[in-house]
Parts: sequence; C-alpha cells; structure tokens
Amino acid sequence: MWDYTDKVKEHFFRPRNVGTIEGADGVGVGGSLACGDALKLMFKLGPDGRIAEVKFQTFGCGSAIASASALTELIKGKTLAEAERITNKDVAEYLGGLPEQKMHCSVMGREALEAAIENYRTGGKGGRQLEGRVVCTCFGVTEKEIERVVRENGLATVEQVTNYCKAGGGCGGCHGEIEEIIGGVRGERGPAAAAAPPAAAAAAAAPSKKALTNIQKIQLIQQVLDQEVRPALQADGGDLELIDVEGNRVVVALRGMCAQCQAAGFTIADVVQAKLREFVSGELTVEEQK
Amino acid sequence: MRTIYLDNNATTAVDPEVREALWPYLTEYYGNASSMHEFGGALRHRIEEARGQAAALLGCEAGEVIFTSGGTESDNTAIRGVLAAQPRKRHLITTRVEHPAVLSACRQMQREGYRLTELGVDGSGRLDLEELRGALTDETALVSVMWANNETGVLFPIEEIGSMARSRGALVHTDAVQAAGKLAIDLARLPVDLLSVSGHKLHAPKGVGLLYVRRGTRVQPLMLGGHQEFGRRAGTENVAGIAALGKACELSRRRLVEETARVGRLRDRLEEGLLRDCLDARVNGDRSARLANTTNISFEYVEGEAILLMLDRLGVCASSGSACTSGSLEPSHVLRAMGVPFTAVHGSIRFSLSRFTTEEEIDFVIGEMPGIIGRLREISMFRPERDATGEGPRERRPGLSAPRR
Repeated sequence: MWDYTDKVKEHFFRPRNVGTIEGADGVGVGGSLACGDALKLMFKLGPDGRIAEVKFQTFGCGSAIASASALTELIKGKTLAEAERITNKDVAEYLGGLPEQKMHCSVMGREALEAAIENYRTGGKGGRQLEGRVVCTCFGVTEKEIERVVRENGLATVEQVTNYCKAGGGCGGCHGEIEEIIGGVRGERGPAAAAAPPAAAAAAAAPSKKALTNIQKIQLIQQVLDQEVRPALQADGGDLELIDVEGNRVVVALRGMCAQCQAAGFTIADVVQAKLREFVSGELTVEEQK
Repeated sequence: MRTIYLDNNATTAVDPEVREALWPYLTEYYGNASSMHEFGGALRHRIEEARGQAAALLGCEAGEVIFTSGGTESDNTAIRGVLAAQPRKRHLITTRVEHPAVLSACRQMQREGYRLTELGVDGSGRLDLEELRGALTDETALVSVMWANNETGVLFPIEEIGSMARSRGALVHTDAVQAAGKLAIDLARLPVDLLSVSGHKLHAPKGVGLLYVRRGTRVQPLMLGGHQEFGRRAGTENVAGIAALGKACELSRRRLVEETARVGRLRDRLEEGLLRDCLDARVNGDRSARLANTTNISFEYVEGEAILLMLDRLGVCASSGSACTSGSLEPSHVLRAMGVPFTAVHGSIRFSLSRFTTEEEIDFVIGEMPGIIGRLREISMFRPERDATGEGPRERRPGLSAPRR
C-alpha cells in the first residue's frame, strides 16, 4: 500500500480539470514511450496571454491522476513563461509529497506541459521532441531528461533517477551511463563522460546534410529503425518492420507485443517519427500499415 | 466500515475453529516437544496429530509431511535440497509463471552453475507439454511446476507433467500453495515427489507450512541444527502453528467439495456480472481449467492501482498486476509471459474468494465496479472509438496521437 498524503488522495478522488478542450491552443503528451503511464495536457490562452483553461486526460495510477490534477491547478491563470518555470518538485510539494517511487508521475506532468507549450509556440507543428541521446532504451529516456531530473531534484543515485523518470528501471544496462550523468551534473564528471554518440547518429549526421537518393534514404531509415527504435521495442517484447517508403511517407508495421499495444499510436507518432526526423529528414511522416 | 475481502490468494482469514485449535499452545501448553518431561513431551502427540490431518488432506503418509515456516521455505528446500542430493545432475526445469519463491530459487541455482529451462505459456496461461518433453534430458534433476497459478488461477496438468518428467528419471516438485484446500489432492497416486503448502493460504496463520517429500526421496535439509522433522528441518517446532495448520487441513478436507462448488458459483456470478456491466473487460487465463475461487480481469483503458484505490475506499480488497502496485516498475510477470497487452496488464484486477465470501458481498462489488471503471475511463486518454450509432467498440486502438492540428 502506498503512503499517499491526504492531498494526493483528494486530488485522485476528485481530480480537477479532467477532459479535453475544443480548439486548444497547445496540446502535449508526456509519459513513458513504449508502455506504462501517459498524460495528455491541453490549454487555451485568454486575451491577456494567461492560461484561461487547462484540461488533462491520463492513463495512470492514483498518483499520476493526482499529479496531473495538481499541475493543472498550478498553471491556471499563469503566463506561459510562468508556467514553464514550474518543476516536478512544485507539483510534488503542492501534493504534500509523493512516495519516492512515484516521483516519475510528477515528472510526466511537467513533460506534458512542456510539450504543450512547445506545440503552441510552433503553431501546432512541434510535439514532444526527443532531445539528445536516448540513454535508457527500455523506457526511452534521453540524457537531457535525466540531467534535468537530477539537477532539479538534487538526485544522487541511479535508484532515485529511476524513481523520478523511470530511466534504468528496465534491463539495467544504462546504470553506468546514468551514474556518469549524475556525476556530470554534480560537477564531478568522470573520465568516460564524453561517451560516443550512437552509431546511427554518427552515420546519419553527415549524409543527412545533403540530398539523399531514394535508395540511400531507405537504407538510412532502415538503419535508424534497427539501431534506434527496434531495440527499445524488442526490450518490451515488441518489434517493428519497415514496409514502404514513398517520398516522405514511411509506412511501418508493428509486430509482437506492439501490435496489440494500446499505446501503439503513441509509439509510432512520438518515437518512430521523432527518431526518423532527427536522423534522416525533418519532412518524414510515419504511418502504420493497417 | 465493513471489509469485503476478495484477496484470498494473498492471504486468508484464520478460521475461528483454527484459532481455537491454536490458542492453547500460545497460553497453557508452551513446552518444547523435544523435552524429557511430560509437560513438553506431550506436545509431540499434537504435532503428530497435525501431521496426520495434513496427510489426510494430501492423500499421503504422515511420515511424508515435513512442517516448515511456510510456502517459501518449502519451495526453497525442495529445489535446493533435491539438487544438492544428486550432484551429478545439473539441469532443472520450471516455468516462467511460477511464484517468485520458486523462480528466484531456480535462477539462483542457475547463477550457481546449473542449467535452467523456463517453460513459456500460451495466451491462456497454458503450458506446451511438448516443450517440456523436448527440454527433459537424462541430466534433468528436477521439474518444478506450480499446480495452480496465484495470479490467474490457471491449473497445470500435474499428473501428465509428473509422468513425463519421471519417465526421464527427473524428480517432480509442485508448488501447491494455491491448490491445497481448493482441489482434491491424492498424492498416493500422483507422480509427484515434493509438494509445497502454505498455512496462511488455507485459513491457518502465517509462519507455518509444509513440504511433502515422497518416501525414499533424497533431500538435503536447508536448516541444520536439530533432529526435528525426521532430521529434515531443524528448529524447535512451531507447535501452535502446526496445530493450526493441522486443523486447517482437516477443515479443508471436510468442506472441500461443498465449498469449492459454492465459491465457484460466486466467482462465476462476479465474473459474469463484471464482464456484462463493465464494457471492454476480458478474463486473463484459461477459464476451462482454473481454481474455483480466482478471477483475473483486465479492464481496458484504465490502470489497476487507480481501481484498487477506489475499491479500497469502499472497503473492498483485491490486487492488481499493474506495475504501479508492485513497488518496482515491473508489471505482472505472469500476464506478460501470457502475452497480455501492456495496457491490459496495467488494468488487471485479481479477485480471489474464500469460504467466507458471501453473495451479498459479490453483488456489492458487481454494483460498484461499473461506476469506478466508468469514472476512470472518463479521466483516461485511451478509449474505444465507438461509431456514431453508439453501438459499441468498433476500433479498440486508442485515439492517441502526437499533438497535431
């Protein structure tokens, strides 16, 4: 039994601002990528540039619902600049604290908020972008995200990082890297901190600058999928297959666990497309073969 | 607030008759059964009476019952003890859906140099016996396969598994922690060499269990330091616990047929009611070969811990395979081994009934669940896309995509 504060319980049993907004100004999604909990946040600005209305929907546990509810209460009436300064710590404090293993729920809220603001600023084009190198392939957590939770919450151990953003909670293969990131943020950067970027990133960096032939593009897409996407899906018993590339339209099919997964739409749009745009071309769109 | 306890695969209430049987040994009769004086020595009779009561439930001889501290100790003793007693055989077989007491012990043996085969299950939680047949070798020392799964209630065909293993010269252990008291067990004719039972799963208190060891089976003891339990489990006997377990076995044996039928009817009523009234719900596990008291249901688009919190507020106790309830980030290894989709694992709830469950309690839960599920689905971002006529789910994929306008 989790030790939830009364405030957490209250926001779980009576969550504020549940739902969707017709014609929202910004919409963002947060949460772990391949599976697990997820949060969708949307807002509408008033004439004064302040957040007039905010709504959320979440697939998550009690503390995920409470964290989302708390976040919406915190940002209501704020300007976007003010809202951006709200950290996961503020959410947790508002709720009188969260169990350590549940801190990732508050981080998920902040992620969704950032994505929604980004979405607004880019006129609806930008969503949640995967910034930087993916360190934890099991849960799709990047170096930047890990650095941020470490910095904002003063974390010192891998276990804490897992509690805050899930990184390192799967196969455990990235524990060494997480330690280095912690060391780096805490000003004690280890000698191996300048880890090499993933092979696909290095390979993709150069050719993506010049125009690709169609064959080169297909090969590069396949390479990025093999190195950057499929390992994370395979870790969860799923897989993905490249079906076709037609101009900038990439068609893929999900296999294994992913084929049945409710979060598949999310995986396709958010992970696969983001990866291909990052490493191949910003104009690609990814579709799932029906 | 009254408690509606539907988490009996986790633990059970101590039966009032069991409580009475155990009480004297916590008060007046506190002696040590190994003592040379009558005050302590007389307790030996009570221990042997309990051994007889347990043997009667299991269909074995009294001398084949070793009392332990519980299911976990029994499992560990069986696995480690059998392997240590036949050092030349270096292979063991288990399944991916075992209780951690078995799975962790087997994986530890693997770390210590044994070869381990973990058999998979299909979408209904069933084993492929051909996979077992293919895995067995002359090197196989032990096959450890649970009888009934704690999460889904699915039963494994122990008799066939046992015969197959024996034909290749392997010993057979079954974790019967969930089966004991819920199924008729007749070890006299079953090809099983070792069987684990836990007291607190059949209305005895926590801290006592037993391991059945077929006569002539070599097992090295886990506990050293005394002659108790035929030299197979050292330590001063937990007389109160043993007396309680004996009584619990007797009650289970007497009531087994009538109770299983009644509990099975209530479980079916609950299951049918929930599937009828909560849309997009599915039963996990083979419904044709399952414990009568267990149902494991996935409610799509919602998360299990949130359901449990809402049930808890109403005094209803159940459990979930969701990662959010496990303390780690790992969802149920049993449901994952069955290939249950992730969101369905997260939305899974196990209800497990007992002899004390009433029809009124079941009807209360049937009445409350649709509201809970409906409320959480309102909050959820995943939902079935129903067609305009509202005739029901057409497309089960969630309508979630990256923000795009």
